Amino acid sequence: MAEVTGTGRVKRGMAEMLKGGVIMDVVNAEQAKIAEDAGAVAVMALERVPADIRAQGGVARMSDPDMIEKIQAAVSIPVMAKARIGHFVEAQVLQSLGVDYIDESEVLTPADYKNHIDKWNFTVPFVCGATNLGEALRRINEGAAMIRSKGEAGTGDVSNAMQHMREINGEIRRLSSLREDELYVAAKELQAPYELVKEVAEKGKLPVVLFTAGGIATPADAALMMSMGADGVFIGSGIFKSGNPAQRAAACVRATTFWDDPKVIADASRGLGEAMVGINVADLPAPHRLAERGW
Amino acid sequence: MKVGVLALQGDVREHISALIACGVTPTTVRRASELAAVDALVLPGGESTTIAQLAEIFGLFEPLKSRIAHGMPVYGSCAGMILLADEILDAKEDQKTFGGLDITVRRNAFGRQVDSFESDIEFDDGSKELIRAVFIRAPWVERVGKDVEVLSRVDTHPVAVRSGHLLATSFHPELTADHRIHRYFIDEVAKPALQKVQ
Repeated sequence: MAEVTGTGRVKRGMAEMLKGGVIMDVVNAEQAKIAEDAGAVAVMALERVPADIRAQGGVARMSDPDMIEKIQAAVSIPVMAKARIGHFVEAQVLQSLGVDYIDESEVLTPADYKNHIDKWNFTVPFVCGATNLGEALRRINEGAAMIRSKGEAGTGDVSNAMQHMREINGEIRRLSSLREDELYVAAKELQAPYELVKEVAEKGKLPVVLFTAGGIATPADAALMMSMGADGVFIGSGIFKSGNPAQRAAACVRATTFWDDPKVIADASRGLGEAMVGINVADLPAPHRLAERGW
Repeated sequence: MKVGVLALQGDVREHISALIACGVTPTTVRRASELAAVDALVLPGGESTTIAQLAEIFGLFEPLKSRIAHGMPVYGSCAGMILLADEILDAKEDQKTFGGLDITVRRNAFGRQVDSFESDIEFDDGSKELIRAVFIRAPWVERVGKDVEVLSRVDTHPVAVRSGHLLATSFHPELTADHRIHRYFIDEVAKPALQKVQ
């Protein structure tokens, strides 16, 4: 009875178990407990939430292993952590700590402006961001077992997440409508491997789970992204930069499950106090836009 | 027979496909009214803490617990096994389960995601063929009550158990194309249990 770890099915399957759920950014064990109590399906351990990375500037890196271990000890749900784009040593460190998923994330400062991590070399699964279908398929080709559409992290402005979900799903619909002999050119245009392009065209969906992230700050935002076809949502700064994190976290979980029931979303939206202040993406100078990182 | 899949969170879609492959037309269950309309239920893989909390918030917890206690056939995979267990270890403080199965389950017993694995194991349904079992942050059973039958083991740990109208596996048959376990649930667990009630 040979037991095999790190297979595609085990890595992608882990993401299937998170579907319909909310993954929350946390910076310490106390926040992780609040997230778990609110019904989060997983937490993302990081040193600073995107809103603070944005405000404080400087180079953003992998979190302190001590901090990650404290969070692992505090909760029973999966713990994810972020590595810089292309920083495979940070990823090796995170794997050795036993994190359940690694986010190769544009929110941190990239370590490599040409290459992403070769994710096939790891037992731990990876989630990567994407703004369009070509980017998503390139990440899957490198071994990503889960994709999240990128939004503009740390802004509380959902418009970028919306744009990228529309982009990815629109391109999938377009692929499904093509003749088989047109898929070769489609692959060239998407800058993605033909085999993956063909698979997406046949199935009408990505071969891995598609979550959404970036700028989601309210229960209605979460429900909006679910109705756009997301399998689940990441909420970063939106919860712990708001007036009442515990209540807002629970409200977002409820709205994600009942995304198609406006009455539930209305109830979840009542009396939540201050949402995070927010920045309009349009006001951000182009070099400060995180979603554009990734190649 | 109307079969539902609890759809608060988790890999609902995969269970629905597996059930369709077994010839039933499943529905999703998120509300008490939808629960009342089904004869049998599948509890999917997912996060047991999240599913239990959502069940409580949306008024499904007590009705579901009571349906299970009154003989509704239920199959739970992974998180579903945890939710069916009378007793759980390594759980979140105050974590509740629907219960019904007289077993003690240890959460994440096989370890973290890097320890998740797949393997060919025996499943005691009379067939000698092995089944490909996918274990993801999987629990195992540490204690079984006297009326509980162990159908599969990994090393010495029970990973598939049955007691009357309840079936639970710590692995995810819904992630493979082999639908033996779902068929076993429909034909050998749910149908006989429902006939007895009628």
